[in-house]
Amino acid sequence: MVNGTHDKGAEQMENSALIAIRDLVKTFPMGKRDFTALNNVNLEFEAGEFAGFVGPSGSGKTTLLNIIGSLDVPTHGEARVLGQSIGSLNSKKAADLRNKHLGFIFQSYNLLPVYTVYENVELPLLLLKMPTGERKKTVLQSLEWVGLTDKMESRPAELSGGECQRVSIARAMVKVPEIVLADEPTANLDAENSHHILRTMEMLNRDLNTTFIFATHDEKVIQYLRRKISLDDGQVVQEEVMVNRRPGD
Amino acid sequence: MLALKLAYRNLMGARLRTWLNVFVLSLAFVVIIWNKGILNGWDEQARRDTIEWEIGGGQYWQENYDPYDPFSFEDSHARLPDVTERAVAAGKLTPILISPATMYPEGRIQNVLLKGIDPGQEILALPSSYLVTEKDEIPAIIGERSAENNKLAIGDYVTVRWRDASGTFDAAEVRIAHIFKTNVPTLDMGVLWIPLEKHREMMQLEGEATVLVTAREIGYDGSIISWDFKDHYFLLTDIREMIEMKSIGGSLFFVILMSLAMLAIFDTQVLSIFRRQREIGTHIALGMTQRQVISLFTVEGALHSVLAAILAAIYGVPLLAYQASIGWTMPAGSDDFGMTIAETIYPAYSVGLVLGTTLIVLTTTTIVSYLPSRRIAKMKPTDAIRGKIQ
Repeated sequence: MVNGTHDKGAEQMENSALIAIRDLVKTFPMGKRDFTALNNVNLEFEAGEFAGFVGPSGSGKTTLLNIIGSLDVPTHGEARVLGQSIGSLNSKKAADLRNKHLGFIFQSYNLLPVYTVYENVELPLLLLKMPTGERKKTVLQSLEWVGLTDKMESRPAELSGGECQRVSIARAMVKVPEIVLADEPTANLDAENSHHILRTMEMLNRDLNTTFIFATHDEKVIQYLRRKISLDDGQVVQEEVMVNRRPGD
Repeated sequence: MLALKLAYRNLMGARLRTWLNVFVLSLAFVVIIWNKGILNGWDEQARRDTIEWEIGGGQYWQENYDPYDPFSFEDSHARLPDVTERAVAAGKLTPILISPATMYPEGRIQNVLLKGIDPGQEILALPSSYLVTEKDEIPAIIGERSAENNKLAIGDYVTVRWRDASGTFDAAEVRIAHIFKTNVPTLDMGVLWIPLEKHREMMQLEGEATVLVTAREIGYDGSIISWDFKDHYFLLTDIREMIEMKSIGGSLFFVILMSLAMLAIFDTQVLSIFRRQREIGTHIALGMTQRQVISLFTVEGALHSVLAAILAAIYGVPLLAYQASIGWTMPAGSDDFGMTIAETIYPAYSVGLVLGTTLIVLTTTTIVSYLPSRRIAKMKPTDAIRGKIQ
């Protein structure tokens, strides 16, 4: 849905939506003035979507992604993720939401340099206190999804950019979260690697029904999206649903 | 538990950086324990030697006796009561008569203290049996330092001049019967040990003494009129105060070493927090609270001291055990300090010393690790993820 007014029917829809954003405003102090990064954003996402925020730098893509990821809070309005209002979560509850239900993929991978591939992917499960046997099985499965079982003893410094991003995907997916938030995941990758990781994410979206939300201005990513939300100056200016695209196409 | 696991993983992953810090800290551990061990060993040896050689189970001092006032010696003697005589006969007490005198070794004048002791006494380790003589002469035993200073050897005769109880000066030739070696300088420097009865005769102080030394364990423990009992606490005051002074010096050493080690840890922590912003942000994105990340970094810093304790145990235990077996030879001239000090000090380590040091190092490291980690609470996770914080 596009940015604009809300009616009662829409409110009912919001309650059932995976993510519901209503009249969202986010400002940052900049000197003596406030800079408005997001202005009156209204959006909803259902389970299994493969969507993306598209727009130039400074359009508010990452800020919106951060708010959905409970790493930041709205200044005004509301963002509900899995029924929880981000603005009213305390730090423990926000951490709990991220821990159990959200996965993150970052532009610069954000892998822990002193950990091996296996240990990097294992980390979210350690935070979930998963028993050792189950944890090992789950990590191996996740590495299998991204085709990195042969690199699990390597450290990030020994991997290529594409491999690092695949580890990052495995880490985000290992706990099979409802939502994966990917901020410019292909920005540091060449075309071949970009397509590789996008196909991987598409496959995971299809097989696990995980919702993927991207923040990107990369055309390669955009062509995979089934829903494209264009942002400019913090506002949703256009929303496109590619009806003909299906997962795995 | 999770923080511990992750902290251990982080430290192991950091490899050389971790081991450099751990090594510095382990050095601090070993040197601190060694230093304390030396002082403890010195203290123990000094106490043991002083008890064995000089003070036994404690001493009764004639009420006028003041070892720091030589002018008191002329009046600080008294006849032993009957009950005391019986204790002496039973080997529970041994009397010592002290009087000032002058010795003339090789024509030089040397002030000495004449100390008369029973040649048959077994309370003190002093080799008084060398004072037994059949001849009409005055045998004497002196310490190695005195002998060296006065260029005296066994069999030498030296003139000694004294003033008896009636104020008359007299002089005699004294034969050096034995030169003994002791770690207790107060028995050695400027002291000439002669047989008690000869001394009493010379001083015309029949049946009198200045000090009564009690035997350890079976010693006389009653009160004697006009005699003050001095226990170990009192008699070992000098050693205790000297060790306390040394301990202060040792503590300074401890503080310097700890400061160096803590500086390394603090520096690593500060650097870590700036260098590892992305990591901090990633941990938060993966579901850790900022408090948990602070705990992780604090545990990580504190774990340095645990690893240091393990490393110190690996190389420190054999090193310190070897050192304790061969001892630490004191440099030449140490025996001139005037304090009881052995030629070789054997360090004494206790469980309390090791545990105490470990606890202090662990606590300090934890505090030093926590202080910079608090900055994490002020970080915005979104900035940390991108490594944007300056």
